[in-house]
Amino acid sequence: MWTWFYKLASPPHVYGVAAALMPWLLGGAALAVAYGLIAGLAFAPPDYQQGDAFRMIYVHVPGAILSLTVYMVMAAASAVALVWRIKVGHAVAAASAPIGASFALMALVTGSLWGRPMWGAYWAWDPRLTSELILLFIYIGVMSLRSAFEDPARGDRAAALLAVVGVVNVPIVHFSVVWWNSLHQGATIVKLGTPSMPGSMLWPLLSMWLGFMLFYGAVLCTRVQAEVLNRERQAAWVREAIKS
Amino acid sequence: MTPRRKRLLVVLGILGGVAASVSLAVMASRENIMFYFDPSQVVAGKAPLAKRFRIGGMVVKGSVERKPGDIEVRFVLTDFAHEVPVEYSGVLPDLFREGQGIIAHGTMNAQGAFVADEVLAKHDEKYMPPEVAASLKNKTAAAAAVRPIT
Repeated sequence: MWTWFYKLASPPHVYGVAAALMPWLLGGAALAVAYGLIAGLAFAPPDYQQGDAFRMIYVHVPGAILSLTVYMVMAAASAVALVWRIKVGHAVAAASAPIGASFALMALVTGSLWGRPMWGAYWAWDPRLTSELILLFIYIGVMSLRSAFEDPARGDRAAALLAVVGVVNVPIVHFSVVWWNSLHQGATIVKLGTPSMPGSMLWPLLSMWLGFMLFYGAVLCTRVQAEVLNRERQAAWVREAIKS
Repeated sequence: MTPRRKRLLVVLGILGGVAASVSLAVMASRENIMFYFDPSQVVAGKAPLAKRFRIGGMVVKGSVERKPGDIEVRFVLTDFAHEVPVEYSGVLPDLFREGQGIIAHGTMNAQGAFVADEVLAKHDEKYMPPEVAASLKNKTAAAAAVRPIT
């Protein structure tokens, strides 16, 4: 019953699964993002106070949520790799870091472009904005720590430890708007209770969220394949895989 | 103890230690780190009145005064307990209007007014189409009109 799960520790198996899943995830992502963008930008009604500027939400919010989701995946993979010495965990964490960093940068840039017309400032040292910036720095730290060692195994372990410890920043980013006085408003959809948004605005947003998740899955599959190939380059199965 | 179990405990221990110290720091900072102070805190003298700080509150309806031919604007901020008058000259954000939450950065002057050099608008997490906002407003107005009879 659990064999499919144990098999995920085997690099050739993961390589095959990633190759098989990738096209489906990418296709799903394209559909969900296409619906979300068209419905969100063209058909959703404008907001009563922000007008059309609120449409920035359709890229800003999914990007910001994914920057946290990807971090949790990276931290979980790192913890598995550290505790059970499963090398695939390091490959998944190494593959995730640049994707998560890109989502964090995307959330910061789109938020800045949205903040200028609505709040009146590109940037403020607000708890939400500052903790998201720290999240980006932790991603960059994890990436540079991995490559800072001669011995790749030590780099992996150091980066994994930083990734696991850095997970304390994830609830800080999420709850910063609750714990401190903040310029940033509270959560619209990721909270207990009903979303503070009517369906005509909400469905495109949820579709964008799903699309971003699937896109992360697709890019992760490709990057994990590359990581596994590089890490297992001495193994016989890799020579077989490259030959065929 | 197996090596695997030991590694698990070490990782959990480090994570637990960092989480505990960070949560202590967060709890302490809730008292000390204020992105803005509300009018009650300012009136009670809890804001750093000698230095620059931010004040946040709702613009009192009917309090916005503009001098003709000048960008200087005066308004009153409230948290529904206390009020602080604010003076500002500069460009206001699009969302600035009466009844809107705003955050101003500046200093208190000798007359007890807040002199701002930056005004940011704060909005809530609710999004809705203009028709819905208008009908909600009508319902509130209708409810308010009915109430005096009782």
